[in-house]
Amino acid sequence: MSLFDPGMINTEYAADLLSLILQALPVTLSMAGGAMVLSLSLALLLALFRVFEIPVARQLSEFYISFFRGTPLLVQLFMLYYGLPQLIPELKQMTAFHAATLGLGLHFAAYKSEIIRAAITGIDKAQMEAALSVGMTRLQAMRRIVLPQAARIAVPSLMNSFIDLLKSTSLAFTLGVAEIMATAQLEAASSFRFMESYLVLALVYWLLVIVFTELQKIAEKRLGEAY
Amino acid sequence: MMTSVNNAEMAGSDSAMIELRKLNKWYGDFHVLRDIDLTVRKGERIVICGPSGSGKSTMIRCINRLEEHQQGDIIINGREMTNDLKDIEQVRMEVGMVFQHFNLFPHLTVLENCTLAPIWVRKQPRKEAEAIAMQYLERVRIPDQADKYPGQLSGGQQQRVAIARSLCMNPQVMLFDEPTSALDPEMIKEVLDVMVELANEGMTMLCVTHEMGFAKTVADRVIFMDEGQIVEENEPESFFNNPQSERTKLFLSQILQH
Repeated sequence: MSLFDPGMINTEYAADLLSLILQALPVTLSMAGGAMVLSLSLALLLALFRVFEIPVARQLSEFYISFFRGTPLLVQLFMLYYGLPQLIPELKQMTAFHAATLGLGLHFAAYKSEIIRAAITGIDKAQMEAALSVGMTRLQAMRRIVLPQAARIAVPSLMNSFIDLLKSTSLAFTLGVAEIMATAQLEAASSFRFMESYLVLALVYWLLVIVFTELQKIAEKRLGEAY
Repeated sequence: MMTSVNNAEMAGSDSAMIELRKLNKWYGDFHVLRDIDLTVRKGERIVICGPSGSGKSTMIRCINRLEEHQQGDIIINGREMTNDLKDIEQVRMEVGMVFQHFNLFPHLTVLENCTLAPIWVRKQPRKEAEAIAMQYLERVRIPDQADKYPGQLSGGQQQRVAIARSLCMNPQVMLFDEPTSALDPEMIKEVLDVMVELANEGMTMLCVTHEMGFAKTVADRVIFMDEGQIVEENEPESFFNNPQSERTKLFLSQILQH
């Protein structure tokens, strides 16, 4: 008897599970989307504080990045969802979905701000000078000249970070969010079919990442048109 | 810093486009500009030469505040350069600059390079800005490249676009920081031709260059700098034929020998 018997895989069960997972997919995607928008906006702000060396804001930004990179995401999610409401009772109304989205956004903002800062610093200073020399303000020069060029440099790393974020949404099941990880976990626990459950789940994540990688190629091509 | 007395003096000399008074600048301990006094009248064409590290570029970069000076006054068209951002932005709108390495915006087309500042700084309508940009691109003889990206052009073409980009802001003064130094020899002429035309139209120009032919053709005055000081200034004829200081003679003998 062989150690691995493909006949053990129950395809019917796998197909049923897939349809359950697809029903929960919007939860995963909206969590990832919300956290992406939040982390990107916050990251840009944090990066600009450091690039423009704005007093106080710069130090706060460095402290923020240090904390959110220095502690595990799971700890941050637990602090946010279970810990903070003990300090601030109003936060008890926060749903697990919102807590997870917020926590993921805050966490990945720290990483993304370092990516954005590095990309901005990578643009030749002469570009800023040329923009200033025609009368633009530093903010206009940043918006129209530096950031569009920095975006091209940052896209591959930002997509890496997004893929990481997308997969990290699976941690939200620990807060009780009914996303795709929780769905698979629940089914596996009742059917004892662990292999099928997690294999189907893994394939769904994998496919999502492949789709986003294709989108990245399109974005890179568009941003690279001038070069 | 400037006093009210200086203001009154300024009002008297209204033909002065640029005035540098006792300008001093340090990079750390290095005294890069020493007591520079220079007045540029409206319509004057000035060529600045000197060995590398003499402070030529730093001086003209102080004029549009790409560099900060520590002592002395810089007055552009009656406006003193201080830390006031509004003043600085206003002066930059009136003072065009052409860089050694062109510094075009690589992610924008030639036309967009020329219309960006008019649209966002001067708040010109896009159509109007594009029409003006096309006029200037015709003057620098590359209207057919308007939709290309800078990376697709030769160095000489890029520098002519950079000149057009500055002219689109309708500046009162043009600063040139070694505009031909990064160009292949066969492209220098096309850029100089554009600059000569500009000079003939009466543009006030300050040009850091070692193109002595250009200096002889268009300059009203040639300034020689060394070690952060203006060592000598004169009309081109006297400057080249009868230099006064030993340092100038040495410099001219070295660059004109070949």
